[in-house]
Amino acid sequence: MVRVRNAVVALGVIAVFAAFAGGCKKDQPAGANDTGDIVIGEYASLTGTTATFGNSTHRGVQMAIDDANAAGGVNGRKLRLVVEDDQSKPDIARTVVTKLITQDKAVAILGEVASTRSMAAAPVCQQYKVPMISPASTNPAVTDAGDYIFRVCFTDDFQAAVVGYFAYEQGYRKAAIFKDIKNDYSVAFAANFAKEFTKRGGTIVGEQVFQEGDTDFKAQLTSLSAAKPDAVLIPGYYSEVGTIARQAREVGLKVPLLGGDGWDSPKLVPGAGGPGGALEGCFFSNHYFSKDLKEEATQQFLAAFKKKYDTDPDALAALGYDAGKLLVDALKRAGSTDSAKLRDAIAATKDFPGVTGKITLDEKRNARKAALILQVKGDRFGVFKSYRPEEIGQ
Amino acid sequence: MQSFLQQAVFGIQLGSLYALIAIGYTLVYGVLRLINFAHGDVFMVGAFVCYYACTRWLPFRDLSADPAGATTNIALAVVVLIMAMAVCALLGVLIERFAYRPLRNGLRIADAHFWGLVAALPVAVRLGPFSHPGVLLAWLVIGVAFGYALRPVVAWIARRSVRATSRLNALITAIGVSFVLEYGGLLVVGADPNFVPTIVPERVYVLPGGVRVGTPQLAILAISLVLMLVLRYIVTYTRRGKAMRAIAHDIEAAKLMGIDTDRVISFTFALGGALAGAGGALVAALTHVKITPLFGLLPGIKAFVAAVLGGPGSIPGAVLGGLLMGLAEAFVAGSKASAFRDAIAFCILIVLLLVRPSGLLGRHVAEKV
Repeated sequence: MVRVRNAVVALGVIAVFAAFAGGCKKDQPAGANDTGDIVIGEYASLTGTTATFGNSTHRGVQMAIDDANAAGGVNGRKLRLVVEDDQSKPDIARTVVTKLITQDKAVAILGEVASTRSMAAAPVCQQYKVPMISPASTNPAVTDAGDYIFRVCFTDDFQAAVVGYFAYEQGYRKAAIFKDIKNDYSVAFAANFAKEFTKRGGTIVGEQVFQEGDTDFKAQLTSLSAAKPDAVLIPGYYSEVGTIARQAREVGLKVPLLGGDGWDSPKLVPGAGGPGGALEGCFFSNHYFSKDLKEEATQQFLAAFKKKYDTDPDALAALGYDAGKLLVDALKRAGSTDSAKLRDAIAATKDFPGVTGKITLDEKRNARKAALILQVKGDRFGVFKSYRPEEIGQ
Repeated sequence: MQSFLQQAVFGIQLGSLYALIAIGYTLVYGVLRLINFAHGDVFMVGAFVCYYACTRWLPFRDLSADPAGATTNIALAVVVLIMAMAVCALLGVLIERFAYRPLRNGLRIADAHFWGLVAALPVAVRLGPFSHPGVLLAWLVIGVAFGYALRPVVAWIARRSVRATSRLNALITAIGVSFVLEYGGLLVVGADPNFVPTIVPERVYVLPGGVRVGTPQLAILAISLVLMLVLRYIVTYTRRGKAMRAIAHDIEAAKLMGIDTDRVISFTFALGGALAGAGGALVAALTHVKITPLFGLLPGIKAFVAAVLGGPGSIPGAVLGGLLMGLAEAFVAGSKASAFRDAIAFCILIVLLLVRPSGLLGRHVAEKV
């Protein structure tokens, strides 16, 4: 009898566990596609190595959807945003996007920031013919996944060329490159920078690589330092750049460091030893958004964001907002949630007034927009210069 | 020549950290013939103890605002090091007691309560962040409840299990413990990268010949050296150390001689844990890398390789292996082939093991059939 009792208790324990595991998922209403709420899926790195990217973007997206609902929804229907965390991992991005499409019946997908993860999820969206709009993935290959994949930001061809152009304009003639070999964004950025910089007449005097997760960069930095560059390009993410900058100063590499939009995070400066630390005065390119810009659209968005979240938005929040707004606009123009009609409406976007500049999607489904060069000053980023594509001959 | 010496300095610093972790692998392998894959994660916990001590628990002065606070900070840094070592020693003992010992001696009812607390973690974090005392209390309450619920299950397993488990079971358990620490860490502290601020003033000395040596490197080297000497003393001259060596030699004979093997094995895990904790704290505070719950993975694997390279079971071997790994990595990373740094380090291992199958300083032991 004792045995039976124990077996019953054991079953009870399993039932309790199952209840806890199952109790965390709220039942979703079956995804009706022509009545009820319109479901929009978002996947973002809410946790993980690039968590600040995902959280910033999500706030922007949420604000765009809330705005649309406050204005009465789209075609008489409310919008519902379903967010999934991909933990900053490409394989999880693929899984959660599949879930958003097949279970939540999302009519469109918004995300991701990191190109590696957008490239993991884009084929899924293409396969199910659900339009995907990436707010901030800059690797050119992201939209190559198919005609349902769009983005509202510029690409690395342009961004890296801007940094190369800027570096030469600053008077740097010898540049070194330190890139993350396992990161699509970093590798493409380095190649495009080198192309523009050498085209102008500069030389690349050294190239070294690292990997996300490395703890020690001093050996590579010392070898770069021996080449006596005028500046070093580090096209990585904020989570590594701060450490690299500190170790660079430690091995005596004192020249300015250059980077791209992967640096844009409130955690960049703390990682580099705080205000006035290893990154003071360094430059990076970013999307056309900054508190310092006087444009009316920028200032309006700033005020509204501050009111809603009690903090200042960064460029990723602005891009998330633009991606959401653009989707809402396309849904209105399409007049239905039919995937082919919605795709055509997004593709036809012309001169859409975004807070990060006017958005026109070209035949490769990319946006042509201006880029900023920001300088690290204390714990904030000041606008140093801005470049339009025409200005640098792109 | 200058860059050769410079890379050697970095290699030795990196190597001394690998050595600290590798000693933990080799000690445990020596007494239990078990590869404790959770060891790299103990190192991670040491780094987190350092992070929280430096940013929340201890009253560190902000050096940029108050340069005179340097002496206070150095004193507190020693406290941090001891805290990290103590926490990780305790963690090592807990892992041994609740994960590995049941495989040797069978499950006890008390084990239910430990695993009840672990199982309550994912439930408790749904209620809020762990920094909130209410959540902590809820965790304890749920954990105790789970513990009581698990008691009959444990009793049921204990009656049925066969004690003579293979080494493979222990190895798989080690991998499981590693996952518990990594993903438990993700649940409790999240996956955002954390950075330890500068807590002690850092200076770089330029030696004649242009080689640069920073105070962080000197500190890492000096502290690891001291810890290794202390370990050597413990293992060679104390009663516990002698008992450890006896168990490493022949555990059954040691038992017959009246050595309380379980206590000595616990002690071994405490020693290994303390060294890994010190390594974690040194890395977190002095090299300024980002700390995440998964960050013990790579250093853990490299230290494991270092232990195999030196000859598993041999403490001087682990130190030598660690230094070799560090130097190999620094030289390859500083060359044109930096993309291959791990590949080349592992190739060295393969070649060395082909020549000396039991490691550099390992004894060749014929397989008993």
